[in-house]
Amino acid sequence: MNEPIINFEADALTPSKGLFQERWDILKRNRRAYVSFWFLIVLFVLALLGKVFTQNIILFDPKIVRLSEKFLPPLTPFASTITPKEDAPLVGIYLLGTDELGRDVFARMVEGSFVSLTIGFVAVGIALTVGIFFGGLAGYYGRVKLAFITVDTLIMRFVDIMLCFPSFFLILTVVALLPPSIYNIMIVIGLTSWMGIARFVRAEFLSLRDQDFVLAARSQAIPEWRIIFIHMVPNAIAPVLVSATIGVATAILTESALSFLGFGVQPPDATWGNIMADGRTFLFDAPWLMFIPGFTILFVVLAFNLCGEGLREAFNPKLRSTP
Amino acid sequence: MINFILRNIWQRIILLVFISIISHAVVHLAPGEPALVDPSNPRMKAEDVQRIRAAYHLDEPIHIQYIYWVRDLFTGELKSFKDNQPVMEKIWGKFLNSLPLFIVSMMIIWFLAFPVGIEAAINRDSKFDRTSTFISYALISFPGYFLAYLLIIFMVKTFNIPVIGMRTFGLEEAPLLLRSMDRVWHLTIPALMSAIAGVAVLSRYVRSQMLEVIHQDYMRTARAKGLPEDQVIYHHGLRNALLPFITMFGLMIPGLIGGSVIFETIFAWPGMGRLGFEAILARDFPVILTLNFFAAVLVLLGTLISDVLYAVADPRIKF
Repeated sequence: MNEPIINFEADALTPSKGLFQERWDILKRNRRAYVSFWFLIVLFVLALLGKVFTQNIILFDPKIVRLSEKFLPPLTPFASTITPKEDAPLVGIYLLGTDELGRDVFARMVEGSFVSLTIGFVAVGIALTVGIFFGGLAGYYGRVKLAFITVDTLIMRFVDIMLCFPSFFLILTVVALLPPSIYNIMIVIGLTSWMGIARFVRAEFLSLRDQDFVLAARSQAIPEWRIIFIHMVPNAIAPVLVSATIGVATAILTESALSFLGFGVQPPDATWGNIMADGRTFLFDAPWLMFIPGFTILFVVLAFNLCGEGLREAFNPKLRSTP
Repeated sequence: MINFILRNIWQRIILLVFISIISHAVVHLAPGEPALVDPSNPRMKAEDVQRIRAAYHLDEPIHIQYIYWVRDLFTGELKSFKDNQPVMEKIWGKFLNSLPLFIVSMMIIWFLAFPVGIEAAINRDSKFDRTSTFISYALISFPGYFLAYLLIIFMVKTFNIPVIGMRTFGLEEAPLLLRSMDRVWHLTIPALMSAIAGVAVLSRYVRSQMLEVIHQDYMRTARAKGLPEDQVIYHHGLRNALLPFITMFGLMIPGLIGGSVIFETIFAWPGMGRLGFEAILARDFPVILTLNFFAAVLVLLGTLISDVLYAVADPRIKF
């Protein structure tokens, strides 16, 4: 006998807004976060273009040294008779002045933005990988016993241990002892900042692992790594995303602090941090050498922080101020 | 209660052992040895390097070195590689220098953050709330030393006050009042600088805690009783919002070492951060390790105190 399947009207209706759409609208309402978001997008594009134009198609070369042109203030037109014509900056103006070797600060800043952002993103990427891995293990296999302690205790004690180190001092120790290289800095910053993420992921996993969709997945004999990474991680990602956004900001600040102490990215690579650190010697003669990178870092870090705050609000309904 | 404290102390001692093992391994496994700091010195022959390594037990396997380090640390015989001074005395001297800086900046943080945070929470979404939110984000986004440089220039040019070092050189014979004023001036700017980020973070935290409390039923009851608004906010509200800050206090203690490296370098303040930085430059392993150990002890002590205080303050917590 064929009974007609009753079609509820509500089933036919799609939700008026998708989850993503809803959160995007909340982010949009927070004007500061929305503006910072677009600011960051523009910055990424600029950094990518900068990478292309300083390395592949050389429009402005940050490495040209013009000793007769040093310490020119921003917006000085190129008027030297000594320096050859082909060493002139783009459109014949030093947009942001020149430094103590006559290098074009604008070209260096553009080159540095790619390096600085890479440091931020790679460091956070490492922190995310390690944090999600350990947090996921502790959350999912938390009840499994190894000899006399549970996996959860083991991992969380390790997190506690890592949290006991004064982080900047630890970073400084390792960076100073290792040979100076941009990769070491990224790795060290990443490996000393995953603990918060691991805690978030674990907390989310503890509430997720007994929910029905996980049980359903397990009943279908889906491999455990798939359950963890394909089914559970996307559900636990919201707080992680927020702390990752803020983590990029922190990594950029840490790099600039390391540069100040002389352990940052070494020349000839330019980053915002080391342009500023080199500029501080000439604070009174050429203030722009410190002010331009200083304010750039301020605005970019601020944009990351505000964006992170906006995301936090979008993901956490409790924090929304106006309905 | 006693049991709770003893169990906590026991757990922390175990943690401390692991921390010391890890930090020892990190420092010793990284390339670069104290004997190699000055490789270009022609007077250093291979035998000399060997002798130095033997004198500092650097030629032993790493676990033996660890045991030597622990033994020397607890018998108080640990000597710095650099100048052969006892490490504990060195650190204690610098600790006494760092302490006033830490205490003053802590006072600035706690006395500024609370009024700002409470005010922002009471007038939520007001102009004050929005401005203070934005300013605190701006303050944590400033690269610390950039702000410090701007502040130094501003202070020296406008008020003509001394900022570098702990005291003005040559004032040792001056009358007591002048000397203490000089110390206070030297302390102000570095303390302010190290407090700024703390004020920004803590005031946001105070705000969100107050917001949680402000809509509770007991607040409405207090208002319905006709209590004055001040009493409602500060007696009924603030007291309940205060609880989580007991933990914050414990978490701020490690700032005594880690957070101060940059500021102590800028302001030439002879404190623990600078001691650590100089030790790192010289590959002075005993000092680095002991500082790390000291920092870990401080953190664990801070969390222990906050755990106990929390349990005392909140009757809902069971032992």
